[in-house]
Amino acid sequence: MADTAALDAAPIAASRPEGRDDKALHRKVFAGLAIALALAPLVLYPVFLMKVLCFALFALAFNLLLGYGGLLSFGHAAYFGMASYVSAYAAKHWGLTPELAILSGTATAALLGLVFGALAIRRQGIYFSMITLALAQMVFFFSLQAKFTGGEDGIQAVPRGNLFGAISIADDRVLYGLVAVVFFGGMLLIYRIIHSPFGQVLKAIRDNEPRAVSLGYRVNQYKLAVFVLSATLAGLAGATKALVFQLASLTDVHWSMSGEVVLMTLVGGMGTVFGPIAGALVIVTMETYLAPFGAWVTVIQGAVFVLCVLLFREGIVGLFARILKKPL
Amino acid sequence: MTTIFGVPTQALFGQLLLGLINGSFYAILSLGLAIIFGLLNIINFAHGALYMMGAFVAWMLLTYLGLGYWWALGLAPLVVGLFGILLERFLIARLYKLDHLYGLLLTFGLALIIQGLFRNQYGVSGLPYAIPAELSGGQRLPFMFLPNYRAWVVVASLTVCLATWLVIEKTKLGAYLRAATENPTLVQAFGVNVPLFLTLTYGFGVALAGFAGVLAAPIYSVNPNMGADIIIVVFAVVVIGGMGSILGSVITGFALGLVEGLTKVFYPEASATVIFVIMVLVLLVKPAGLFGRTA
Amino acid sequence: MLRSVLLATALSALTLGAAQAQTAVKIGVLGDRSGVYSDISGEGSVVAARLAVEDFAKLDPSVKVEIVSADHQNKPDVGAALARQWYDRDGVDMVIDGVTSSVALAINQVTREKNKAFIDTGAGTADLTGPQCTPNTVHWVYDTVALANGTGGAMVKRGGDTWFFLTADYVFGQTLQRDTSTVVTKNGGKVVGSVKTPFPTADFSSFLLQAQGSGAKVIGLANAGGDTINAIKQAGEFGITEGGQALAGLLVFSSDVYSLGTKVAQGLVLTEPFYWDLTDGTRAFSDRFAKQMNGRKPTANHAGVYAGILHYLKAAAALKDVKDGAKTVAKMKEMPTDDPLFGKGTIRVDGRKIHDMYLFEVKKPAESKGPWDLYKTLATIPGNEVFRPLNEGGCPLVKG
Repeated sequence: MADTAALDAAPIAASRPEGRDDKALHRKVFAGLAIALALAPLVLYPVFLMKVLCFALFALAFNLLLGYGGLLSFGHAAYFGMASYVSAYAAKHWGLTPELAILSGTATAALLGLVFGALAIRRQGIYFSMITLALAQMVFFFSLQAKFTGGEDGIQAVPRGNLFGAISIADDRVLYGLVAVVFFGGMLLIYRIIHSPFGQVLKAIRDNEPRAVSLGYRVNQYKLAVFVLSATLAGLAGATKALVFQLASLTDVHWSMSGEVVLMTLVGGMGTVFGPIAGALVIVTMETYLAPFGAWVTVIQGAVFVLCVLLFREGIVGLFARILKKPL
Repeated sequence: MTTIFGVPTQALFGQLLLGLINGSFYAILSLGLAIIFGLLNIINFAHGALYMMGAFVAWMLLTYLGLGYWWALGLAPLVVGLFGILLERFLIARLYKLDHLYGLLLTFGLALIIQGLFRNQYGVSGLPYAIPAELSGGQRLPFMFLPNYRAWVVVASLTVCLATWLVIEKTKLGAYLRAATENPTLVQAFGVNVPLFLTLTYGFGVALAGFAGVLAAPIYSVNPNMGADIIIVVFAVVVIGGMGSILGSVITGFALGLVEGLTKVFYPEASATVIFVIMVLVLLVKPAGLFGRTA
Repeated sequence: MLRSVLLATALSALTLGAAQAQTAVKIGVLGDRSGVYSDISGEGSVVAARLAVEDFAKLDPSVKVEIVSADHQNKPDVGAALARQWYDRDGVDMVIDGVTSSVALAINQVTREKNKAFIDTGAGTADLTGPQCTPNTVHWVYDTVALANGTGGAMVKRGGDTWFFLTADYVFGQTLQRDTSTVVTKNGGKVVGSVKTPFPTADFSSFLLQAQGSGAKVIGLANAGGDTINAIKQAGEFGITEGGQALAGLLVFSSDVYSLGTKVAQGLVLTEPFYWDLTDGTRAFSDRFAKQMNGRKPTANHAGVYAGILHYLKAAAALKDVKDGAKTVAKMKEMPTDDPLFGKGTIRVDGRKIHDMYLFEVKKPAESKGPWDLYKTLATIPGNEVFRPLNEGGCPLVKG
């Protein structure tokens, strides 16, 4: 049974070539985001905001692979979590400064992405997804057993240290500045990737792989490249998160984390540029405010999944994109 | 005492037998999943939650209606099957025209809902469900003490799997089912009510999960997390066996139970991971699975 | 938004003015409300907390207490984030419960950073009074060393001198095995083997088979929660105790035994510092607790929440101000403890609360008069014997 059906996700508006108006709209969105980022910590709790930003970056990285590469990875938590562990370990036991710790975490995720990606892209469709799941499960069990990850306890009391050896980021607001810069940078990078010739080829592969092959593109190389990029950026998010919470734990590599990032992307709008940000905001807010309700959080998350899949497949940003008749 | 690789033969046989027993659960659950995937093209993430429901229905029948194990064996799968039919009719059927992904996400969401509701109501420590008197006690075999109930699990599982396989491969009903898998439009043109088939098939697939739940109730804790723990492993089994292959999933279920049992003897820390390692290897070498048909 | 902030500030200024005579305290109950330990912790901890506040108000109405609660879902990152938020934003002075070792360690760190107070009642890791000790944390109820000394030492003295461990393969399980092995060998016993079980596991049959094959007199269950319950249930199925081997539950709560039932758990030996039916004091508390909890009796963790809050409030009343967590905890260490649940005790300089522990055995069904009539007392282990000696923990607060 052929399994290469493209996802019924991207709104029609997104598949037409973007014109100058669209770019202008996007610039406005970026500007708006920058302003929001600058003002938000005055109103909201900085640690909550940093959590949203880290997860938004994670979701953006995931969406790069899913919405633009057309590849559903069930094991993205592996890159997020492993980077988180390495970054935490580097900061705590090797005494690296924050930017080096984050870099080492990100580099680990990139390497992992290369190895796993090379294995996974040899198959397509659901088999691809299953391989990513199996590999992520192995990372989970490895994390459970390995000494350096601290098992159930995780790596705790991660020092925040001094950025570039000079600027202390112990204060939440200073750290927020760093996280906002990392997030914005990551988002710009993804935007550039999507709108580059590389991104165009990716979309072609996603929409009709046999045709792309017949046009002479080395499809597997493109897929591997986007996989590694996605894993690297997911790792960047994880490594940063470890410093924000000063903790790296098994939650970060568990398959439910992989499920959460799918949920964020779905709710925000798969295949839209800004969708994952909205999705991350919604889901993290929901979890934070529903925390007192204990087990109801799972039920509500499940209900959100079901409702989105049945009634709201385009997601929040997808809805806006449809109303504006412009790609977002 | 003879030893194989440093493990006494007696202990080895004991572990193999236990592995076979675990394999029975994998076999029934992966059979249900394979049937649902084969016909409906839905990756039923809710399978674990419905297995859990089967165990809970058995417990409820005992606690609220005083109906014992043998009643539960018949009634619980029926209840779970009916619930499955409702899910299919009202929710899942809407996604047939779309990518696999949405079916998976929907059933994943359903699993979260079902599990969350049960957890709210019943807590997580697990509810007691006794082994039925007729099956308690055990046999003193030379290499181990085999509880009668566990032997029964293997027998029941083999019977159900064999019966299902016979129906699908050897009867007219089964032939319609297989035809509908390959070309639903044509089969519908021949006058067979394909949507009804799909609904009943989903119902049957989850009824199998419910049956496995009743079998599990006396030996594993009846708790809301029992499905989540087992579903990922069962996925791996189905993928290894071949996602549409009935026989494949049954044989692989038992075989992987044996492999897991062996791992527990020689390298117990890896017993949770070994199935995933095998899955990756199989997917790289033979992506359609050991018994799968499509490439 | 600004208007409500102004309004809130004005109101609190007014109340602050009016409440000059009162000491305001805000306590956060941070436990597991939805996961594997929710019966040990959960809503029961909140009920116990409220009972403590009620009882203290009778002693000293000058302290005004507010209780909040949340679910850390057994995840250290969630627990740490919630504690941080409570301390930073919501004005919480003290966090109690904890219950999961990995989460407790995380809360321990955040509490020290923010100079608040943390009373851990449910988590077992002895590191909280060892290398991870801080001036802001008190470790009530039990820890892994006490359990090892209790169950391990007592079983060996009763003739169980060969041991086989079923160990949950994560830090807590491994610690439990290590601490118990040390006690067993120190008392002249021998560890003949062990097997690491993946955490969590539903099916212990193959591991139990290995335990049976080893011929050890005692099978030590170095695990907790669902794992312990499953292991015990399946041990019954495989006729382990009929075969002459004894099961030692290294971490078992009364709620676990209740869910197993006496038929399955009979003969199980365990160590706990609290049992609802031990004294008049415990019985009275347990009846009040059960009325609000659908008939469920309190576990040792719930008792710890009650006793911990009671003692904390006494220190709060003496100091009149709890803003400095280390100072409040120092006061708690200065004052000897006395409550109807744990009797008289003290809190050591490393944060360890000292009280007696009891070796219990689960009654046979014939001996049990009700679903909660579960334990018979085998021995009382004095507090200064059962806990790790002060100088052996590696706590930096202990001088000399």
